[in-house]
Amino acid sequence: MIAEIGLAALWLAAALAVLQLLAGFLGVRDENSALVALVRPAAVLQAGLCAVSFGALVYAFAVTDLSVKLVATHSHSMKPMAFKLSGAWANHEGSMLLWITVMALAGGLIALIEHRLPKRMMMATLGAQACVAVGFYLFILLSSNPFERLSPVPADGNGLNPLLQDMGVSFHPPTLYIGYVGLSVAFSFAVGALLTRNVTPEFARAMRPWVLASWIFLTIGIAAGSYWAYYELGWGGWWFWDPVENASLMPWLAATALLHSASVLAARDALRTWTIMLGVIAFSMSMLGTFLVRSGILTSVHAFAVDPERGSFILVLLALYIGGALVLFALRANTIAEGERFALLSREGALVVNNVALSAILAIVLLGTLYPLLTEAFDVRVSVGPPYFNPVSAIFFLPMLAILAVGPMLRWRRDSFERIRLPVIIIAVVTLAMFALVLVLSDIGLLPLLGLATAAGVAIASFMPLRGRNLLRTPLPVWGMCVAHFGVAVALFGVAADTAFQQERLVAASPGDVIEVGPWEATMMSVSPVAGPNWTAMQGDLLVSYDGGPMREAHPQARSFWAPQGETSEVALLTRWNGQLYVALGNMAEDGRWQLRLWWKPFVTYIWYGGLLIAFGGMLALLGRVIGDVRRRSAEVRDEERRIEEAELAAS
Amino acid sequence: MMRWLLLLLAVLALVQPASAQDRMPPAPYAYTQLQDPALEAQARELMHTLRCLKCQSQSIADSDAPMAGDMRHQVRARIAAGQSPDEVRAWLISRYGDYVSYDPQVSATTWPLFVLPIVLLLLAGTILLRRLGKRAADDAA
Amino acid sequence: MRRLRYGLWIIVGIAAALFGLFAYQLSQPKNDFVQSAMVGEPMPQFDLPPIVESRPGLSRADLVDGEPKLLNIFASWCIPCAAEAPQLEALERAGANIVAVAIRDRPEDVERFLSIYGNPFTRIGKDDISELQLAIGSSGVPETFVIDGNGVITYQHIGDIREDDVPMLLEELRKAGA
Repeated sequence: MIAEIGLAALWLAAALAVLQLLAGFLGVRDENSALVALVRPAAVLQAGLCAVSFGALVYAFAVTDLSVKLVATHSHSMKPMAFKLSGAWANHEGSMLLWITVMALAGGLIALIEHRLPKRMMMATLGAQACVAVGFYLFILLSSNPFERLSPVPADGNGLNPLLQDMGVSFHPPTLYIGYVGLSVAFSFAVGALLTRNVTPEFARAMRPWVLASWIFLTIGIAAGSYWAYYELGWGGWWFWDPVENASLMPWLAATALLHSASVLAARDALRTWTIMLGVIAFSMSMLGTFLVRSGILTSVHAFAVDPERGSFILVLLALYIGGALVLFALRANTIAEGERFALLSREGALVVNNVALSAILAIVLLGTLYPLLTEAFDVRVSVGPPYFNPVSAIFFLPMLAILAVGPMLRWRRDSFERIRLPVIIIAVVTLAMFALVLVLSDIGLLPLLGLATAAGVAIASFMPLRGRNLLRTPLPVWGMCVAHFGVAVALFGVAADTAFQQERLVAASPGDVIEVGPWEATMMSVSPVAGPNWTAMQGDLLVSYDGGPMREAHPQARSFWAPQGETSEVALLTRWNGQLYVALGNMAEDGRWQLRLWWKPFVTYIWYGGLLIAFGGMLALLGRVIGDVRRRSAEVRDEERRIEEAELAAS
Repeated sequence: MMRWLLLLLAVLALVQPASAQDRMPPAPYAYTQLQDPALEAQARELMHTLRCLKCQSQSIADSDAPMAGDMRHQVRARIAAGQSPDEVRAWLISRYGDYVSYDPQVSATTWPLFVLPIVLLLLAGTILLRRLGKRAADDAA
Repeated sequence: MRRLRYGLWIIVGIAAALFGLFAYQLSQPKNDFVQSAMVGEPMPQFDLPPIVESRPGLSRADLVDGEPKLLNIFASWCIPCAAEAPQLEALERAGANIVAVAIRDRPEDVERFLSIYGNPFTRIGKDDISELQLAIGSSGVPETFVIDGNGVITYQHIGDIREDDVPMLLEELRKAGA
C-alpha cells in the first residue's frame, strides 16, 4: 500500500510539473494570465509530493518490504538498519527518485522564497525548472519505476554490495546528488534570464546562493568519495581519474567557475555572457555525468548490466535540454548587452583568467574522459589516465593558482601594481624559498615540487586580502573566500606531499615479525577470525609505533560477506597530525604467512582537510550572503512601512 | 555520478564470482617488492600507469585481481632483469595495444589529446589579450 | 559580437557531435574484449612443463612443426571453460590438433576437470603466473588461438566457443594451412 502511495504521489507531482511548465511559459507571454497564480503553488506542492514518494521508498526499505522488486533485489532482512536505509538510494531507480526529489525541493524553495526578481523572469525560471523536471519524471515513471511490485514475494532479498555497506559511501551519493541537482536551479535561472533578456546583477544575486550551496555539496561529496575510495579499495589511492570520478569533477569545475563569474556579475555587472554560459554548462555537466555512468558506455563492467533503453532515454533528455539551452543561448547571446568595462589588472581581470583556466581544465577532463569512446568508434582502444591528466591539467592549474594568490588583493575595475607590490613580493619569496628548500632537501618529481611551492605561496596569499582590515568587521563572504582559498593550498599540499614522500611496504609476515615503513615500526602479533552482523573476517592484530613512541594497535581486516557474496578489505588507519599509516591485510600465503600492505602517507589527510576547508569557506560565504539578503529585505520592509505611515500621516 | 559506486561495482565484478577464482598462490613478485629501492620505485611508477585488463578502470597497482598480480610480477621481474620502464611498457603494448597503458603517447590515433591543450592555451591567450587589451585601449581613449 | 556568435554555434556543433557519438556508441554492442596485438606475429619463446601425467607440456618448438594447431587457454576454475568442452570435442573429432595451457591451476583440479569434461588436448602446459598468457596478449580464460605451422598466430577467439563458432574455427585452421 505504501508503495502505491509513493507511486501515486510521483504521478501527481509529474502532472503538477506539466502544469507548472505550461502556466510558467504562459506567464512569460502574458504576465496577467490567470494561470500565473498557479505556478508557485504547483512548485511547492510538487516538492511535498516528491518528499512523500521518497519517504515511501525509504519506508519500504526500512521494513524490507520484499514485495517491492527494488527492495528484493537490493536489500536483505539481515542488514544493519543504516544500510537498509541507504540501500534506498544505492541503486539506479532509488537514486533517480532522490534526484527528482531534490530537484522538486529546490524548485519548491525558489518558488517559496525568491521574490526579488521581476515576475516575468520568475515565471520563465520556474517554467524552465519544470521543463527539466518533466523529463526526469517521465524517465522514472516510464523506464525506472522504483515501486514496481514483485510476485511471488521472495523469501529474502539479494542484499547490498558489500563495498557499499559502509557509512561513508551511504551518505556520499546523496551529497553529490544535492550538488548536481542544485545546479539545475542555476540552469533554470540562466534560461529564465535569457528568455526574458534579463541578465542583471539582481539575477546573479538571486542565483548565487544556489550555486554556492550546490558547490558546497559537490565539494563535500567529491572529498567524501575520494576518502571512501582511499580506505575501502585497500591500495591507498585517492584519485584515479577514472570516468566516474571525472563525471563528478566536471560539474564541480564548472560550478567553481560559475561561482566566481556570478560574483563579478553581482558586484560589478560584468561577465554577463560568461555567467549565463557557465550556468548552462554546469548543469549540463551534471546531466552528462549521469548519462555517462548510467548508460554504461564508458565504465563497461561485465557484471553490471546497464539497460540501453535507459541510456537512450537519458540521451534524448540530454540532447533536448543541453542542446535546447545552447541553441537558445547562441540565438540570444548578441542581445545581452556588454557589461561594465574593466582593466586587465583588476579583480575582474583576475577572475576572467581564473574562469578561462577552469574552463580549459574542464575541456581537458572532458576530452580525456570521452576520447577512448571516440577512438572506439574507429575500433581503436586507448586508455587515458593519470600520466595524461596530471601534467596537462597542471599546465592550467598552476598559473591559475598564481592568479588566485594575487587576484583577491586587487580592486574592482582597475588597480595599479604599486599598490600590491609588497604582498606580491612576500608571496613570491615564500614560494621560491619553499621551492629551493624542497629542491635541496629531497629528490622528488617536478609536479610535486611545483605543488609544494605553490601550496606554500597560496597559503600565505589566501589571507592577504585581510591585510589592513578590521577583522571583526570583515564581511563573512570575504572570510569565506580566504578560508576556501586556504583550503585549496592545504589540499594541494596534501596531494603533493603524499605523491612525493609516501613509503610502501609489501610483506608476507608471520606473528612476531617486525616491519618498518618510513618512521613507523609495526609488529605483527596474530591473525584471528572475527564475525560481524552479515560478514566474517580475518583480522590482523598489529602493534605499531611512530619513531619509537608509544605502541598503538592496528586491526586491518579481510572481510567476507555472504549476502551477496563478496570480499572487502577493511584497512587500519592510524592518523597523526603529519599523516597516516595505512595497513591492509591480504591473503594467507601457502607457508602460513599473511600478506600485509603498509603505507606511510605523510600529510595525506590534508587533502580532505583542505576539501572540508574549501566547503567551510563556501558555507561562510553562503551564510554571509543569506544574512545580507535578510537584512536588506527587512530594511526594505521597514522603509515600505515608514513610507506608508508617512503617507497616512500626510493624508490625515 | 555515483562515481565511486560504479568504481566499486567494477571492483565487485572481480570479487563476486568467488567460485571462479583460482586457488594458486600469487606470482613471486605480485606482492613482493624488489630489493633495490631505486628499481622498485621505477616499477611502482610504471605499475600505476598500466591498466588492469580484468578490472575496468584500475591500474595494476590498485588491484587484487590475480591477473593484475601476474602483470605486477612481469613488470618487477623485467625491471629487475635490467629492462627500462619504457621497454616494459613497449613490451606490454606490443601484446595488448595502447589500451594497456594509461600514458597515451603521441601517435596517429592520439594527437588530438595533445593538440587540444595547445589550442586551449592559444585560445585563452587570444581571449584574454583581445578582451582585456581592447578594454584597456577603450578606457584609455 | 558577431565573432562571439560564431563561437557559440561552434559549441552547439560540438555538443551535437557529442550526442551523435553517444547515440552511435549506444547502438553498438558493447565490446569489452581486449584484442591481442599479437595476431599475425610469431609465438614468443616459451617452455611450459606438463600439468598432468597423461599429456606432455608445451613449448614453442611444439608449435613450429608444420602443422597448424588450436591453442586453448583454459583453467579448471573457469566456468565458461567447462561450457565450451563439447565444442572442443567437436573440433577434435573434425581433426583439429588442440594444445592447451592451464592458467593458475593445480594438477589435481585439472585432472578432475578433464575426467568430467573430457580431454581433447594433445599437450597441456602449466602456466602458474600467466606468463604465456601475457606474452601472447590474452586477457582472460577461455581464449582460443589459431597458430599456423610456422608458429605464427593467425586468429584469436575470445570467450567460450559456441556451437556456431566451430565451423568458423575450422575455417580459420584451414586458412592457416591445414
